[in-house]
Amino acid sequence: MNFFFEVLIGGLLSGVMYALVALGFVLIYKASGVFNFAQGAMVYLAALSVVGVMEWGAPLWLAVILAFTIMTLFGIATEKFVLRKLVNQPPIALFMATIGLAFFIEGLAPMVFGSEPRALELGIVDEPIPWILDNWNMVISKFDLVAAGVASLLVATLALFFQYTRIGRALRAVADDHQAALSIGIPLQNIWAIVWGVAGFVALVAGMMWGARNGVQFALTFTALKALPVLILGGFTSVPGAIVGGLIIGASEKLAEIYIPPVMQDLFGGNFGGIEGWFPYVLALLFLLVRPEGLFGERHIDRV
Amino acid sequence: MLYREAGQFKTSYAADQQLFPIRQDRIGLIVLLAIAFLGVPLLASEYWFSAILIPFLIFALAALGLNILTGYAGQLSLGSAAFMAVGAYAAYNFQLRVEGIPILVSFICAGLTAAGVGILFGLPSLRIKGFYLAVATLAAQFFIVWCLTKFPWLSNNSSSGVISTQKLMLFGHELNTPVEKYLLVLSIVVFMALGAKNMVRSTTGRAWMAVRDMDVAASVIGIRLMPTKLLAFAVSSFYCGVAGALYAFCYLGSVEPDGFSLEMSFKILFMIIIGGVGSIMGSFLGAAFILLLPIFLDIALPFFAGLFGLPFSSATVSHIQILVFGALIMFFLIVEPHGLARLWQIAKEKLRLWPFPH
Repeated sequence: MNFFFEVLIGGLLSGVMYALVALGFVLIYKASGVFNFAQGAMVYLAALSVVGVMEWGAPLWLAVILAFTIMTLFGIATEKFVLRKLVNQPPIALFMATIGLAFFIEGLAPMVFGSEPRALELGIVDEPIPWILDNWNMVISKFDLVAAGVASLLVATLALFFQYTRIGRALRAVADDHQAALSIGIPLQNIWAIVWGVAGFVALVAGMMWGARNGVQFALTFTALKALPVLILGGFTSVPGAIVGGLIIGASEKLAEIYIPPVMQDLFGGNFGGIEGWFPYVLALLFLLVRPEGLFGERHIDRV
Repeated sequence: MLYREAGQFKTSYAADQQLFPIRQDRIGLIVLLAIAFLGVPLLASEYWFSAILIPFLIFALAALGLNILTGYAGQLSLGSAAFMAVGAYAAYNFQLRVEGIPILVSFICAGLTAAGVGILFGLPSLRIKGFYLAVATLAAQFFIVWCLTKFPWLSNNSSSGVISTQKLMLFGHELNTPVEKYLLVLSIVVFMALGAKNMVRSTTGRAWMAVRDMDVAASVIGIRLMPTKLLAFAVSSFYCGVAGALYAFCYLGSVEPDGFSLEMSFKILFMIIIGGVGSIMGSFLGAAFILLLPIFLDIALPFFAGLFGLPFSSATVSHIQILVFGALIMFFLIVEPHGLARLWQIAKEKLRLWPFPH
């Protein structure tokens, strides 16, 4: 039973990491209706720029600030040069443009900052907490706990920002109805630039967490693929959905990885590891059949 | 002057409804096919066949399959490579396990297997659409590749799922030179492309387009959504499956599941974006473009590097390739959302009036 809880908690904590990436998707989707496939690439770019700037001799805090500047500028440039020109195109075209953007970043970032995998030191060690190990005999990583803390802090900050600031209110208005927001004088394009800046910030946080954990390397772009099932499970438009979805996916994926392969091995023989790659997708897919709009998504009503 | 349909009167419905109503188009097509079937085998070198022409035709077929699903029926799919994998492995298993099955029959069976799998993964499309569906097709991508790696029966117990295809026997004759393989692939692709061209102007194709443009409206005018969408998935997967079988048998000869990666799915998607979403011809143009671009960059970049005295490592070249791909996708979506096929159409419009535009 201890082992079960260990896996469960480990899964929940890694789910938080997924939620961190999913959050970036939700922000942009909510505010501009763009499904930003490049979020994973942005996580990669953010982590790379932190590491790259540090390699040039800057301390961590300066690197983070510079990386944030880079991400913001990049977000604004994306909005200005790509998305603004695609206004009124079908959402699928915008989606495909962000796939192009992802490739663009994946080519550009390593050219500027170098492509070899590097470690990112945040000063948090990835080792089990001795107290829990002694008392309950469970391995819970200190790093995962810190990551969970950072994610909660981020979500709380975003929630407050959306709820109580002027810009946040404008963002929610735009998310609700572009045209209505425009008609009451909300500058749509500034808002979109801000959203991309915020998404860049979220990508930066996610990139530092993931980078510190797994090293800054190309594989960071695949975090987007981890976040997608979280999104469909939680609903594209819901911040709490991203968190809850992340927790569900993280926990169930780790549990499945532990408990399903032995069963299949008994049935078919052979080695059935690596379920993690597809299990979240199938889970999310089955869930969609029951609730097509996700856990917290808005019910979609079609009009002819 | 050359390309003008003036004076071509249609006196029967059959003449009016034919696939290429303009005489110049028909002549052009015949000339093109003659070049492809007769001229190319005489002129092209072995390298051209095995490195450019055969993969071009195979990817064009896969892009055609995706174009049917995405361009005509409006269901975005990110799992086309997985359906190619199904086709490749199904063809291999039919050859392996059915005594004396002709290669073409096993290709058809491979396509049908892929179609079955496609229907299975198309089922969610009845409930969900748009991005949710795109993500759902990713499930197909990961799940299928995983299955092919992990179930040893599917790859005849080879390690990590690598299969080496059997000999290509056609009517008792073994195809082993690139030219013969090229001709086989070409015949299949031409046949299936004409089939697709016909299909998209039939009732089925029109139903697909209605669903693409607005599925609620389509169902209001009496198009049954479920069979229409599932048929689109089935036909699309059939095309991808045959393309996958050809990919394994005529191009590589030995494939592994991981070769049919998400990257390949994206590549096929890029082909239809650049070539033209919702255009048969666009699939061919896009496939040619996407396959030739890396070759071009491989040659051009070191040349430019030499010109400006910049040291380009091979890693930089591959990064620039990715970057250019991404930039081109965005560029095409912004400047010409209908792709190369649309440019071709514009050229034809211009050609009709040339050389006296007024």
